[in-house]
Amino acid sequence: MSRKTLWILVSLLLVVAMLGAACQQKKAAGPITFGMLLVGPYNDHGWSQAHYDAGKYVETKLAGSKMIYVDKVNPADRPGTTPAQLAEELVAKGATLVVFNSDDMKDSATEFSKAHPDIKVIMASGDQVWKEGKAYVELPNMINIMGRMEYGKMVAGCAAALTSQTGKIGYLGPLINDETRRLTASAYLGAKYCWTKYLGKDAAALSFKVTWIGFWFNIPGVTSDPTQVADDFFNSGYDVVISGIDTTEAVAEAKKLSAAGQKVWAIPYDYVGSCEEGKEICLGVPYFNWGPAYVKTITSAADGSWKSNWQWNAPDWKDINNLDTSAVGFKKGNALSADAASKVDEFIKELAGGLNLWKGPINLQDGSAYLKDGEVGTDQQVWYLPQLLQGMEGQSVPSK
Amino acid sequence: MKNLRWNNFLFQLVAFLLALAFTSLIMVFAGAPPISAYVEILGGAFGSVNSLANVVVVWMPLLLVTSGLLITFTAGLWNIGIEGQITLGAIFTTAALRLLQESSLPPWLIILLAMLAGVAGGALWAVMAGLLKTFGGVNEIFGGLGLNFVATALTLWLIFGPWKRPGTGSMSGTEPFPDTLWLPQLPGLRLSPWSVIFGAAAIYLVYRLLSGTYFGLRLKAIGKNVRAAFLLGVPAWQHSLLAFALCGFFAGLAGALQVTAVYHRLIPSISSGYGFLGLLVAMLVNYQALWAAPVALFFAALNIGSIQLPIMLNLDSSLSGVLQGMLVLFVLLTEGARKRWLQKNG
Repeated sequence: MSRKTLWILVSLLLVVAMLGAACQQKKAAGPITFGMLLVGPYNDHGWSQAHYDAGKYVETKLAGSKMIYVDKVNPADRPGTTPAQLAEELVAKGATLVVFNSDDMKDSATEFSKAHPDIKVIMASGDQVWKEGKAYVELPNMINIMGRMEYGKMVAGCAAALTSQTGKIGYLGPLINDETRRLTASAYLGAKYCWTKYLGKDAAALSFKVTWIGFWFNIPGVTSDPTQVADDFFNSGYDVVISGIDTTEAVAEAKKLSAAGQKVWAIPYDYVGSCEEGKEICLGVPYFNWGPAYVKTITSAADGSWKSNWQWNAPDWKDINNLDTSAVGFKKGNALSADAASKVDEFIKELAGGLNLWKGPINLQDGSAYLKDGEVGTDQQVWYLPQLLQGMEGQSVPSK
Repeated sequence: MKNLRWNNFLFQLVAFLLALAFTSLIMVFAGAPPISAYVEILGGAFGSVNSLANVVVVWMPLLLVTSGLLITFTAGLWNIGIEGQITLGAIFTTAALRLLQESSLPPWLIILLAMLAGVAGGALWAVMAGLLKTFGGVNEIFGGLGLNFVATALTLWLIFGPWKRPGTGSMSGTEPFPDTLWLPQLPGLRLSPWSVIFGAAAIYLVYRLLSGTYFGLRLKAIGKNVRAAFLLGVPAWQHSLLAFALCGFFAGLAGALQVTAVYHRLIPSISSGYGFLGLLVAMLVNYQALWAAPVALFFAALNIGSIQLPIMLNLDSSLSGVLQGMLVLFVLLTEGARKRWLQKNG
């Protein structure tokens, strides 16, 4: 090999190496169009609106970013279509990242991610890319995001227990799966804690009943009617109803009955502003604040630092209602008495200080031990809670 | 005759324009630009190969259902139970897939058996409506409505009960089938060529059946006057039952396609409302097979194209439903007007 060829080879290698290094460097975050699939209407005062508002938040925080969306992505509202198909519509309109916002779209999100490796996917509430999870699939273009709503639900349960005069709390449940079992159980744990600790009452005197409607929101003719379920609770001695569904029927029904002279309260879910519909009976709302996580994740897609991961984001314990930092919050409602409010604050302080209600002894609904005395529940044990807990009334549909 | 046809066409055109005008008026009141909305709908339906394929995915089951309805309409039967017949087709298909998916049979055979089961399910449900009418004296409209409710209840019970996903209680649907049990799709598209084959075959067969066979002629006779047909020696109730069964056959096939080619599982709204939409199409084309394909295409295109409304214009896509409803209303209205006009001037 002549000296000249050697030099040429060396310089070529150098150029390739430099190019490689340059590609490793972060791209500057450029303009990005992201698409969002919302399972309900964008203005449902619940789950979907919380996502929609987070998208708007991203637009203000990330220069040049733009959201396009399709709402009511469910087979009842959009017959003949699937979420993966609608995601492709968003991609055709320029989206390079798509948010699938519902557990109901899980299978479709996986299908879409496999078929479109060049498009980034955020699957909210999913566990597909949780390596230690039960449903792991390797999908480099997917990130799972969920907030630790267990805390929000504990606070909701606490507020309910501190307010209830009958000691009977109703839980308006959506469908039954891992997520809803653990959230409902968290509300019960919070209620039981405040009932015994702050009120000094006997845990056995607290009843906590779940009625599931069958889906995340009312589909006439398919699910049970949430208004009817709330009404049944209120008319059978349950004076506080905690909502676990995407929409605000519990608040509307409590407001109606309260106007007619009944002493009843409600706790909505998901969306920071959902107490507005019935301030006089609303004890507060545990809500998701998807904005900060979305900004972080969508930025990573724009600047090239994207890496598939599963996030279960905790509240910012310095201030759970800081909309720029906390993934989960609890906004107290007007109907919460001053005394109960101060106790709720104390409870939040305890949680921030490390109080963990997912600590044994905890028994499952069928009486079997789940967490031994002093045993702290792992993420897996909490996420995949197989049944409701002992002391709770309602259907479990146990998983193995 | 030729004049009459032109006259008919003119009235239809007026109906279409009126429907368009009224929908536009609603949009203007809602503060939305009608022209851009129509452009978006068109682009969303025909703008790319992908969207066109999605339109065909809706078009084919709709065409199957409409084909079936043309038979029952010709026999003078209002087969409102069509929704239930699609649903039963889907239920039977799902049942067969669930039963056979663990077996050692080759996937193509499992799919074939499942689709045959679906066809049988649809036909069975339709014959039930027919039997109720023939031997129970229950008008097929009421019988069909009742059977629709039973079909829905059965679906919900199966999804939330025996067929629920492990550890889950949800109206979302049953566990999806593995893709080995999907009807093969065109590469990169959601469309199965089998859907197209079934849809095209159905409308062609029904067209031939109704316009070129004695059977079709007898059905027409029954449709015009059942008593007269009977007196002239047409076995009336047997033909009615057969018309039901044939319609159920096509509806069941549509349901089978919804499971094997679209959703790959059973969901509560598995019929996608194609039964009722098919009734509208059949009424719009005045029960003429020749026009069923283009009108069904138009409805399918509206369905898919309207997805653009929320994406591009922040409009609710139910506007396309308004247009559909207006269209049917105005076609029925102008049909009435045309008949009056004919009486006066004909």
